[in-house]
Amino acid sequence: MAFTLEMALRTLQNFSEAVEEKKDYLTDLDSAIGDADHGINMNRGMKKAMEKTCGKEYSDFGGLFKDIAMTIMSAVGGSAGPLYGTFFMKLGQKLAGKSEAPLESVADALQEGLGGITTLGKSQAGDKTMVDALQPAIGALRLAAPEGDAAAWQAAVDAAEKGMTDTIPMLAKRGRSSYLGERSIGHQDPGATSIFYLISAFRDACVKE
Amino acid sequence: MIGILIVSHSEDAARGIAQIAEGMAPSKGSVSVSGVGGNDDGGLGVSVAKIYAALTEMLPRCDGILILPDLGSSILSSRGAIGMLSGEEAAKIIIADAPVLEGAMMAAVEASTGSDLETVAATARDAKNLKKGDH
Repeated sequence: MAFTLEMALRTLQNFSEAVEEKKDYLTDLDSAIGDADHGINMNRGMKKAMEKTCGKEYSDFGGLFKDIAMTIMSAVGGSAGPLYGTFFMKLGQKLAGKSEAPLESVADALQEGLGGITTLGKSQAGDKTMVDALQPAIGALRLAAPEGDAAAWQAAVDAAEKGMTDTIPMLAKRGRSSYLGERSIGHQDPGATSIFYLISAFRDACVKE
Repeated sequence: MIGILIVSHSEDAARGIAQIAEGMAPSKGSVSVSGVGGNDDGGLGVSVAKIYAALTEMLPRCDGILILPDLGSSILSSRGAIGMLSGEEAAKIIIADAPVLEGAMMAAVEASTGSDLETVAATARDAKNLKKGDH
Protein backbone atom coordinates (compact mmCIF):
# COMPACT_ATOMS: atom_id res chain seq x y z
CA MET A 1 0.00 0.00 0.00
CA ALA A 2 1.34 3.40 -0.96
CA PHE A 3 2.28 6.10 1.54
CA THR A 4 -0.26 8.90 1.18
CA LEU A 5 -0.49 12.55 2.22
CA GLU A 6 -3.06 11.54 4.80
CA MET A 7 -0.60 9.03 6.28
CA ALA A 8 2.10 11.70 6.30
CA LEU A 9 -0.16 14.05 8.26
CA ARG A 10 -1.10 11.24 10.64
CA THR A 11 2.61 10.43 11.11
CA LEU A 12 3.30 14.03 12.07
CA GLN A 13 0.28 14.10 14.38
CA ASN A 14 1.43 10.84 16.05
CA PHE A 15 4.96 12.22 16.44
CA SER A 16 3.62 15.45 17.91
CA GLU A 17 1.53 13.50 20.43
CA ALA A 18 4.47 11.23 21.32
CA VAL A 19 6.87 14.09 22.05
CA GLU A 20 4.16 15.78 24.10
CA GLU A 21 3.52 12.61 26.11
CA LYS A 22 7.25 11.89 26.52
CA LYS A 23 8.28 15.51 27.01
CA ASP A 24 9.45 15.04 30.60
CA TYR A 25 11.19 11.74 29.82
CA LEU A 26 13.12 13.31 26.90
CA THR A 27 14.06 16.25 29.08
CA ASP A 28 15.23 13.89 31.85
CA LEU A 29 17.43 12.02 29.36
CA ASP A 30 18.77 15.34 28.12
CA SER A 31 19.44 16.67 31.62
CA ALA A 32 21.80 13.75 32.21
CA ILE A 33 24.08 14.57 29.26
CA GLY A 34 22.69 17.60 27.44
CA ASP A 35 21.12 20.91 28.30
CA ALA A 36 17.73 19.54 29.41
CA ASP A 37 15.78 21.12 26.60
CA HIS A 38 15.09 18.33 24.09
CA GLY A 39 11.60 17.42 25.38
CA ILE A 40 10.43 20.99 25.83
CA ASN A 41 11.91 22.08 22.50
CA MET A 42 10.53 19.19 20.44
CA ASN A 43 7.11 19.55 22.02
CA ARG A 44 7.00 23.29 21.30
CA GLY A 45 8.31 22.80 17.75
CA MET A 46 5.93 19.99 16.78
CA LYS A 47 2.97 21.83 18.30
CA LYS A 48 3.75 24.92 16.23
CA ALA A 49 4.37 22.76 13.16
CA MET A 50 0.97 21.07 13.51
CA GLU A 51 -0.72 24.46 13.98
CA LYS A 52 0.92 25.58 10.75
CA THR A 53 -0.59 22.67 8.81
CA CYS A 54 -4.01 23.13 10.40
CA GLY A 55 -6.71 23.90 7.86
CA LYS A 56 -4.24 23.92 4.95
CA GLU A 57 -4.71 21.77 1.87
CA TYR A 58 -1.55 20.15 0.57
CA SER A 59 -1.23 18.80 -2.95
CA ASP A 60 2.14 17.09 -2.43
CA PHE A 61 4.59 15.89 0.25
CA GLY A 62 7.00 18.69 -0.71
CA GLY A 63 4.70 21.47 0.48
CA LEU A 64 3.75 19.67 3.68
CA PHE A 65 7.26 18.72 4.77
CA LYS A 66 8.63 22.15 3.85
CA ASP A 67 6.08 23.81 6.16
CA ILE A 68 7.03 21.40 8.93
CA ALA A 69 10.76 21.95 8.31
CA MET A 70 10.59 25.74 8.34
CA THR A 71 8.50 25.81 11.53
CA ILE A 72 10.78 23.35 13.31
CA MET A 73 13.91 25.26 12.28
CA SER A 74 12.66 28.44 13.90
CA ALA A 75 10.61 27.07 16.79
CA VAL A 76 12.56 24.10 18.16
CA GLY A 77 15.80 25.80 19.13
CA GLY A 78 18.82 23.83 20.28
CA SER A 79 20.54 21.54 17.82
CA ALA A 80 17.36 19.54 17.26
CA GLY A 81 15.86 22.53 15.38
CA PRO A 82 18.25 22.63 12.43
CA LEU A 83 18.72 18.83 12.51
CA TYR A 84 15.03 17.85 12.42
CA GLY A 85 14.35 20.86 10.16
CA THR A 86 16.90 19.69 7.62
CA PHE A 87 15.62 16.12 7.87
CA PHE A 88 12.04 17.13 6.98
CA MET A 89 13.28 19.57 4.32
CA LYS A 90 15.22 16.80 2.53
CA LEU A 91 12.30 14.40 2.93
CA GLY A 92 10.06 16.96 1.22
CA GLN A 93 12.52 17.67 -1.56
CA LYS A 94 12.85 13.98 -2.39
CA LEU A 95 9.07 13.47 -2.44
CA ALA A 96 8.20 16.84 -4.05
CA GLY A 97 5.38 16.72 -6.58
CA LYS A 98 4.05 13.42 -5.23
CA SER A 99 0.97 12.79 -3.11
CA GLU A 100 1.52 9.02 -3.00
CA ALA A 101 4.72 7.05 -2.74
CA PRO A 102 5.62 3.37 -2.52
CA LEU A 103 7.59 2.16 0.48
CA GLU A 104 10.87 2.15 -1.48
CA SER A 105 10.46 5.87 -2.24
CA VAL A 106 9.73 6.61 1.40
CA ALA A 107 12.90 4.73 2.35
CA ASP A 108 14.84 6.75 -0.25
CA ALA A 109 13.42 9.98 1.16
CA LEU A 110 14.30 8.95 4.73
CA GLN A 111 17.81 8.18 3.48
CA GLU A 112 17.99 11.69 1.97
CA GLY A 113 16.85 13.10 5.33
CA LEU A 114 19.53 11.10 7.12
CA GLY A 115 22.09 12.49 4.66
CA GLY A 116 20.95 16.01 5.56
CA ILE A 117 21.46 15.26 9.26
CA THR A 118 24.93 13.75 8.85
CA THR A 119 26.07 16.59 6.57
CA LEU A 120 24.82 19.30 8.91
CA GLY A 121 25.92 17.62 12.13
CA LYS A 122 29.11 16.06 10.66
CA SER A 123 28.01 12.98 12.55
CA GLN A 124 28.19 9.27 11.81
CA ALA A 125 26.90 6.05 13.30
CA GLY A 126 28.43 5.43 16.73
CA ASP A 127 28.66 9.10 17.73
CA LYS A 128 25.70 8.73 20.15
CA THR A 129 23.23 10.82 18.13
CA MET A 130 19.93 10.62 16.22
CA VAL A 131 21.87 8.83 13.48
CA ASP A 132 22.28 5.74 15.66
CA ALA A 133 18.52 5.12 15.61
CA LEU A 134 17.68 6.47 12.14
CA GLN A 135 20.32 4.67 10.08
CA PRO A 136 19.48 1.12 11.24
CA ALA A 137 15.76 1.89 10.97
CA ILE A 138 16.10 2.78 7.28
CA GLY A 139 18.24 -0.29 6.67
CA ALA A 140 15.66 -2.55 8.31
CA LEU A 141 12.82 -0.86 6.42
CA ARG A 142 14.51 -1.62 3.09
CA LEU A 143 15.49 -5.15 4.05
CA ALA A 144 11.98 -6.10 5.19
CA ALA A 145 10.17 -4.24 2.39
CA PRO A 146 9.51 -7.42 0.35
CA GLU A 147 7.57 -8.83 3.33
CA GLY A 148 5.02 -6.03 3.07
CA ASP A 149 4.52 -2.62 4.64
CA ALA A 150 3.40 -3.82 8.06
CA ALA A 151 6.39 -6.12 8.53
CA ALA A 152 8.78 -3.51 7.11
CA TRP A 153 7.63 -0.70 9.43
CA GLN A 154 7.70 -3.06 12.43
CA ALA A 155 11.26 -4.07 11.53
CA ALA A 156 12.17 -0.38 11.26
CA VAL A 157 10.68 0.36 14.69
CA ASP A 158 12.53 -2.61 16.23
CA ALA A 159 15.81 -1.46 14.66
CA ALA A 160 15.26 2.13 15.83
CA GLU A 161 14.58 0.89 19.35
CA LYS A 162 17.72 -1.24 19.35
CA GLY A 163 19.69 1.67 17.89
CA MET A 164 18.32 3.89 20.64
CA THR A 165 19.31 1.57 23.49
CA ASP A 166 22.65 0.89 21.79
CA THR A 167 23.53 4.54 22.43
CA ILE A 168 23.62 3.88 26.21
CA PRO A 169 27.20 2.53 26.38
CA MET A 170 28.46 4.90 23.68
CA LEU A 171 30.88 7.77 24.24
CA ALA A 172 29.31 10.97 22.88
CA LYS A 173 31.25 12.54 20.01
CA ARG A 174 28.89 15.39 19.11
CA GLY A 175 27.05 18.18 20.87
CA ARG A 176 27.05 19.22 24.48
CA SER A 177 27.23 15.63 25.73
CA SER A 178 30.63 15.28 24.03
CA TYR A 179 32.02 17.88 26.44
CA LEU A 180 31.34 15.35 29.22
CA GLY A 181 33.70 12.82 27.62
CA GLU A 182 33.54 9.44 29.38
CA ARG A 183 30.81 10.68 31.72
CA SER A 184 28.42 10.52 28.74
CA ILE A 185 28.71 6.71 28.86
CA GLY A 186 25.74 4.97 30.47
CA HIS A 187 23.08 7.43 29.32
CA GLN A 188 20.63 6.97 26.45
CA ASP A 189 20.81 9.66 23.77
CA PRO A 190 17.69 11.88 23.72
CA GLY A 191 17.95 12.51 19.96
CA ALA A 192 18.03 8.77 19.20
CA THR A 193 15.04 8.42 21.51
CA SER A 194 12.94 11.00 19.66
CA ILE A 195 13.88 9.29 16.37
CA PHE A 196 12.45 6.05 17.81
CA TYR A 197 9.17 7.92 18.44
CA LEU A 198 9.27 9.28 14.87
CA ILE A 199 9.71 5.84 13.30
CA SER A 200 6.97 4.48 15.58
CA ALA A 201 4.77 7.37 14.40
CA PHE A 202 5.34 6.28 10.78
CA ARG A 203 4.44 2.68 11.62
CA ASP A 204 1.28 3.64 13.49
CA ALA A 205 0.16 5.90 10.64
CA CYS A 206 0.94 3.41 7.88
CA VAL A 207 -0.09 0.15 9.46
CA LYS A 208 -2.74 0.64 12.11
CA GLU A 209 -6.26 1.56 11.17
CA MET B 1 32.73 45.68 3.31
CA ILE B 2 33.10 42.55 5.45
CA GLY B 3 30.22 41.65 7.75
CA ILE B 4 30.87 39.91 11.06
CA LEU B 5 27.91 38.15 12.65
CA ILE B 6 28.13 36.96 16.24
CA VAL B 7 25.75 34.07 16.95
CA SER B 8 25.25 33.29 20.63
CA HIS B 9 22.76 31.44 22.81
CA SER B 10 22.22 34.79 24.53
CA GLU B 11 21.07 37.91 22.72
CA ASP B 12 22.81 40.05 25.34
CA ALA B 13 26.09 38.17 24.87
CA ALA B 14 25.85 38.45 21.06
CA ARG B 15 25.21 42.19 21.18
CA GLY B 16 27.89 42.76 23.83
CA ILE B 17 30.54 40.84 21.91
CA ALA B 18 29.58 42.68 18.72
CA GLN B 19 29.98 45.97 20.59
CA ILE B 20 33.44 45.02 21.89
CA ALA B 21 34.58 43.86 18.43
CA GLU B 22 33.28 46.99 16.74
CA GLY B 23 34.99 49.17 19.32
CA MET B 24 38.33 47.51 18.52
CA ALA B 25 38.09 48.19 14.78
CA PRO B 26 39.76 51.53 14.04
CA SER B 27 38.24 52.07 10.58
CA LYS B 28 34.53 51.34 10.57
CA GLY B 29 33.92 51.86 6.84
CA SER B 30 35.12 48.40 5.86
CA VAL B 31 33.56 46.29 8.59
CA SER B 32 30.05 45.87 9.95
CA VAL B 33 29.54 43.85 13.13
CA SER B 34 26.15 42.50 14.21
CA GLY B 35 25.03 40.13 16.94
CA VAL B 36 22.11 37.74 17.03
CA GLY B 37 21.08 35.36 19.79
CA GLY B 38 18.37 33.79 21.91
CA ASN B 39 15.43 31.69 20.79
CA ASP B 40 12.27 33.03 19.18
CA ASP B 41 10.64 33.48 22.58
CA GLY B 42 13.50 35.63 23.83
CA GLY B 43 14.99 32.95 26.11
CA LEU B 44 18.44 31.37 25.91
CA GLY B 45 18.84 29.39 22.71
CA VAL B 46 19.47 29.75 19.02
CA SER B 47 17.02 30.44 16.21
CA VAL B 48 17.71 29.55 12.58
CA ALA B 49 15.09 32.13 11.58
CA LYS B 50 16.90 34.92 13.44
CA ILE B 51 20.26 34.01 11.90
CA TYR B 52 18.67 33.79 8.45
CA ALA B 53 17.08 37.23 8.91
CA ALA B 54 20.40 38.74 10.02
CA LEU B 55 22.25 37.22 7.04
CA THR B 56 19.69 38.43 4.48
CA GLU B 57 19.85 41.91 6.03
CA MET B 58 23.69 41.97 5.81
CA LEU B 59 24.20 40.26 2.43
CA PRO B 60 23.23 43.22 0.16
CA ARG B 61 25.83 45.52 1.76
CA CYS B 62 28.64 43.01 2.40
CA ASP B 63 31.19 41.40 0.07
CA GLY B 64 31.57 38.59 2.57
CA ILE B 65 30.27 37.60 5.98
CA LEU B 66 32.17 35.82 8.75
CA ILE B 67 29.94 34.12 11.31
CA LEU B 68 31.33 33.63 14.81
CA PRO B 69 29.17 31.09 16.65
CA ASP B 70 29.58 30.53 20.39
CA LEU B 71 29.06 26.74 20.56
CA GLY B 72 27.08 23.66 19.63
CA SER B 73 23.72 24.57 18.23
CA SER B 74 24.96 28.03 17.21
CA ILE B 75 27.22 26.28 14.72
CA LEU B 76 24.50 23.88 13.54
CA SER B 77 21.90 26.62 13.31
CA SER B 78 24.28 28.85 11.34
CA ARG B 79 24.85 25.98 8.89
CA GLY B 80 21.08 25.51 8.73
CA ALA B 81 20.49 29.19 7.96
CA ILE B 82 23.18 29.21 5.25
CA GLY B 83 21.51 26.14 3.76
CA MET B 84 18.37 28.19 3.20
CA LEU B 85 20.22 30.78 1.07
CA SER B 86 21.07 30.50 -2.63
CA GLY B 87 24.39 28.91 -3.55
CA GLU B 88 25.73 32.29 -4.66
CA GLU B 89 24.85 33.92 -1.33
CA ALA B 90 26.12 30.95 0.68
CA ALA B 91 29.49 31.19 -1.10
CA LYS B 92 29.97 34.64 0.48
CA ILE B 93 29.74 33.28 4.03
CA ILE B 94 32.29 31.47 6.22
CA ILE B 95 31.68 30.06 9.71
CA ALA B 96 34.77 30.86 11.77
CA ASP B 97 36.50 28.05 13.66
CA ALA B 98 37.46 30.50 16.37
CA PRO B 99 36.78 31.54 19.97
CA VAL B 100 33.79 33.83 19.75
CA LEU B 101 35.02 36.94 21.58
CA GLU B 102 38.70 36.92 20.69
CA GLY B 103 37.91 35.76 17.16
CA ALA B 104 35.35 38.51 16.62
CA MET B 105 37.73 41.14 17.91
CA MET B 106 40.67 40.02 15.75
CA ALA B 107 38.41 39.56 12.72
CA ALA B 108 37.05 43.08 13.10
CA VAL B 109 40.55 44.52 13.30
CA GLU B 110 41.68 42.51 10.24
CA ALA B 111 38.57 43.47 8.24
CA SER B 112 39.00 47.15 9.12
CA THR B 113 42.30 47.12 7.19
CA GLY B 114 40.45 46.13 4.01
CA SER B 115 41.33 42.41 3.98
CA ASP B 116 39.19 39.88 2.12
CA LEU B 117 36.94 37.30 3.78
CA GLU B 118 39.44 34.40 3.67
CA THR B 119 42.12 36.52 5.37
CA VAL B 120 39.65 37.71 8.00
CA ALA B 121 38.59 34.09 8.67
CA ALA B 122 42.23 32.98 9.00
CA THR B 123 42.95 35.78 11.47
CA ALA B 124 39.90 34.84 13.53
CA ARG B 125 41.19 31.24 13.62
CA ASP B 126 44.55 32.48 14.90
CA ALA B 127 42.74 33.92 17.92
CA LYS B 128 42.89 30.36 19.32
CA ASN B 129 46.56 31.02 20.04
CA LEU B 130 46.03 34.12 22.15
CA LYS B 131 47.56 33.60 25.58
CA LYS B 132 46.23 34.94 28.85
CA GLY B 133 49.22 34.65 31.15
CA ASP B 134 52.35 32.46 30.98
CA HIS B 135 50.93 29.07 32.02
